[in-house]
Amino acid sequence: MTRPRTLLVAFLAVLLLSGLGMAAHAVEPGEMLSDPALEARAREISRDIRCLVCQNQSIDDSQAELAHDLRVLIRERLQAGDSDAQVRDFLVARYGDFVLLEPPLKPKTYLLWFGPAAILLVALFSVAIYFRRRRNELAPAALSAEEASRLQALLADDADERAPRRDGKP
Amino acid sequence: MIVELGHYALILAFAVAMLQSTIPVIGAQRNNARWMAVAKPGAITLFLLIAFAFASLMRAHILSDFSVRNVVENSHSLKPMLYKITGLWGNHEGSLLLWVLILAIYGAAVALFGNRLPTRLKARALGVQAMVALGFLAFMLFTSDPFERMFPAPPDGNDLNPLLQDPGLAFHPPMLYLGYVGFSMAFSFAIAALIEGKVDAAWARWVRPWTLAAWIALTAGIGLGSWWAYYELGWGGWWYWDPVENASFMPWLLGTALLHSAIVVEKRDALKAWCILLAILTFGLSLIGTFLVRSGVLTSVHAFALDPARGIFVLALLVLYVGGALALFAWRAPALKGGGLFQPVSREGALLLNNLLLATACATVFIGTLYPLFLDVTGGGTVSVGPPFYNATFLPVILPMLLLMGVGPLLAWKRADLAGALTRLWIAGAAALAIAALTWWLHRGGPLLALVGMAAGSWVAVSVFVELGTRIGIGRNGMATSLRRLFQLPRSAVGMTVAHLGLAIAIFGITGAAAWKEEHVANLAVGQSLDLGAYEFRLDEARRIDGVNYWAYRGRFTVSRDGETVATLYPERRLYWVQHMPTTEAAIHTNGLADLYAVLGEPDGKGGWTVRLYREPLVALIWGGVLVMVLGGLVSLSDRRYRVGAPAQRRAAIATARAA
Amino acid sequence: MNPTSRRLLYLLPVLLFAGLAAYFLLRLGEHRDPSEIPSPLIDRPAPDFALPGMTAAEPGLARADLVRAGATGKVTIVNFFASWCLPCRAEHPLLSQLAKHTGVTLYGILYKDEPAAAAEWLKELGDPYAAVGVDAQGRTGIDFGISGVPETFIIDRTGHIRFRQWGPLDQPTIDGKLLPMLDELTK
Repeated sequence: MTRPRTLLVAFLAVLLLSGLGMAAHAVEPGEMLSDPALEARAREISRDIRCLVCQNQSIDDSQAELAHDLRVLIRERLQAGDSDAQVRDFLVARYGDFVLLEPPLKPKTYLLWFGPAAILLVALFSVAIYFRRRRNELAPAALSAEEASRLQALLADDADERAPRRDGKP
Repeated sequence: MIVELGHYALILAFAVAMLQSTIPVIGAQRNNARWMAVAKPGAITLFLLIAFAFASLMRAHILSDFSVRNVVENSHSLKPMLYKITGLWGNHEGSLLLWVLILAIYGAAVALFGNRLPTRLKARALGVQAMVALGFLAFMLFTSDPFERMFPAPPDGNDLNPLLQDPGLAFHPPMLYLGYVGFSMAFSFAIAALIEGKVDAAWARWVRPWTLAAWIALTAGIGLGSWWAYYELGWGGWWYWDPVENASFMPWLLGTALLHSAIVVEKRDALKAWCILLAILTFGLSLIGTFLVRSGVLTSVHAFALDPARGIFVLALLVLYVGGALALFAWRAPALKGGGLFQPVSREGALLLNNLLLATACATVFIGTLYPLFLDVTGGGTVSVGPPFYNATFLPVILPMLLLMGVGPLLAWKRADLAGALTRLWIAGAAALAIAALTWWLHRGGPLLALVGMAAGSWVAVSVFVELGTRIGIGRNGMATSLRRLFQLPRSAVGMTVAHLGLAIAIFGITGAAAWKEEHVANLAVGQSLDLGAYEFRLDEARRIDGVNYWAYRGRFTVSRDGETVATLYPERRLYWVQHMPTTEAAIHTNGLADLYAVLGEPDGKGGWTVRLYREPLVALIWGGVLVMVLGGLVSLSDRRYRVGAPAQRRAAIATARAA
Repeated sequence: MNPTSRRLLYLLPVLLFAGLAAYFLLRLGEHRDPSEIPSPLIDRPAPDFALPGMTAAEPGLARADLVRAGATGKVTIVNFFASWCLPCRAEHPLLSQLAKHTGVTLYGILYKDEPAAAAEWLKELGDPYAAVGVDAQGRTGIDFGISGVPETFIIDRTGHIRFRQWGPLDQPTIDGKLLPMLDELTK
């Protein structure tokens, strides 16, 4: 179950995260790095870091002093040559997983990440069962042996009293 | 004195609610017409008493009566009158009073306009409505009294949070409450149906208008809140997946599902138990939202800072109403007789799938919102669930639903020809591809999802017109016939068309704003210019001004393109005297297709200013789309068939015919 | 589907809701400020730092000091504070009381503040700290994972963080959590 779904989730995540980042920013001009590639990486990482003294904002969005400190810190580490993952790990080591706005994929968050897909599958499954049940409820029950012979007899009677065919043939 | 009268009115309302929630319900059980007849005057009395209480508190705010604690804590003599009025609901106690007022409004409305409702259904529904009001009245009277006095009265108040002193946000709570408190009526009807043990087409027909009214208000309320965030918070963002935003979005998702499944119950007598469950859960989510915001369990920009003691009271109400309703459901719903059959590929099947996807989307938001709390309690150390999570999980559920939106309305009831429907939609598919191609050509290097978004919006928009065309028989009959049929279309059909179109418009807006936003942040001195794409922003001046209860730095930007002046923008940075809180007033210029957005930041003391400039394409379409959705809902609500209540009419007609 | 499983299906919503309500109740019972973040540093070694003193004459504070104190059998309390911080003022008397506990050394870290202003503040309220390090940029604060002041850490003799108080100390917390822990660690 896990592997294909992990891949699917990962693929979707990459696809979607690369797509719709809601760019909104509090970066001061003085903070920005001169290297545009590094600055872009810093912005990307900042968008995923929670501002801990705000209510549900990223440090990219927040004007709080701690957000400013963390933005500067991220840029320093990038300039020192850290990879994106290393910068994130640096912050997580100090503040815990809570500091990441995108919850990491760990056993404790499996329910979170796979929950929605699981619910959808359960729902589709239930609907399938619902349709099958309705179909079964209404399928005509098989005739018992006695009923079958009665039916035969009735049909045989019926044949004698059949209305004459319009073309005159018997 | 009036304040005390208001307080007394609230106590009386509590007493009336106690009677209203018992007598009509028992009367319905025993088929006692006199007892059931209590429901109508009871609901009206309840409304009048609560309205009086509301008016008396409003009077205290307007007159700046600082002997009332609620006024002291939230008002100030210098506050503009508009915010003196709207400040009533900008706090916990006042907003609760608004809550029960709207509960009472819906109850009174059903009492007054539901004359053709079956008596027992009406009695029970109004009784349950009063039961809900009872709980919240108790909450107010025992823990959150807005009429509390303060002696000695201080000379002035603490002023309202400056963020709330804003026209958009002033009306956001009443709209929201008309919405998710309004779903209480569907809830009450659902409970009444469960008690009666019967859900039929007539029930669905009675439930739909009230649910639609609530849905319209909630759509407008969420739109208002989002628009406010956009122009007030200064980042050009409009949705943050903030827990309290989610708390209003979840009832909207389920409410939309409820509206759609009610159609199936009414037209085909199927999906009854599911529809009842939705009605319970929609209001249940409203109650859970109320709990989350007022219990101190979550942090959010919206959360009223409250203590856990009040949280326990709200939790008790939650258990009573939602737990009770779901228990009743478990007991009585299995007896509801299933009705019309349908094939999986049919209009009913499509509506069922629509419901499924909406419910899954709602569950996704629910899991995301509550997961940090869940982990915390189980001692797992907590995580943040932010926009990246929702983008990754919510969108994959919504996209199939948008696809379905195009096909569903074209399917026949009971058993449909999918191939035929899809064939008719070829033009919608072509339009989607064409728009995607155009988008790619215009914005090479933009995010892939932008193409998907624009394609989805085009698909929905064009398929709406395909459906309309099919309904009026374009191409099959003459133009005159088609036009005639267009004008004879039932309003609910027109409403659906307009509302679906509104969603398509909003999707264009969301895609544009999210995908192609441009920004430039820099330090500018007066006289300097900054470029943003093809636009040049020149800071002409920045000076200090004084407002009514604040002072501010106001800048003037001249925006030009190719040498021609396009707009003049006046962003401000305000500091409110009393609460010492700064707010940014962004200056926005829109030409409908894109917004130019300027924010003045802090002065650096050396003559320079931090300046943020944004250009957001299509963002105005988000609120345009919401407006069109609201319009569609209103058109649908005005359909005569809701007010006439067909089954009763037919009975009357037959009786007349028999007598003749 | 037989009648029993059908009934069970209808029971599912109310059962799920009961679970949700129980979980809300648990959360309410905790009385914790939702903006408090659990520290990932518990049971980990204290971060490395070396900060200057408030004046040129003072030695400042470094991790080595914590280690040395631990070697002599002392449990250390590290308190982040600032003169501009109102709750710090509120917890000051309680902190001073704690400093007198046997087997405990109290150190302070001045977070993003002017040493001159802090000196005034300490002169007015009293200086309970054995030593103070000046964290002008707030970097050491970040290394400790703080999100504001005041925050207080208890570090055991082996140099591991055992407890973190987010926000000001109050008597119930001291009586309920700190003192028992200090007794435990100083045994």
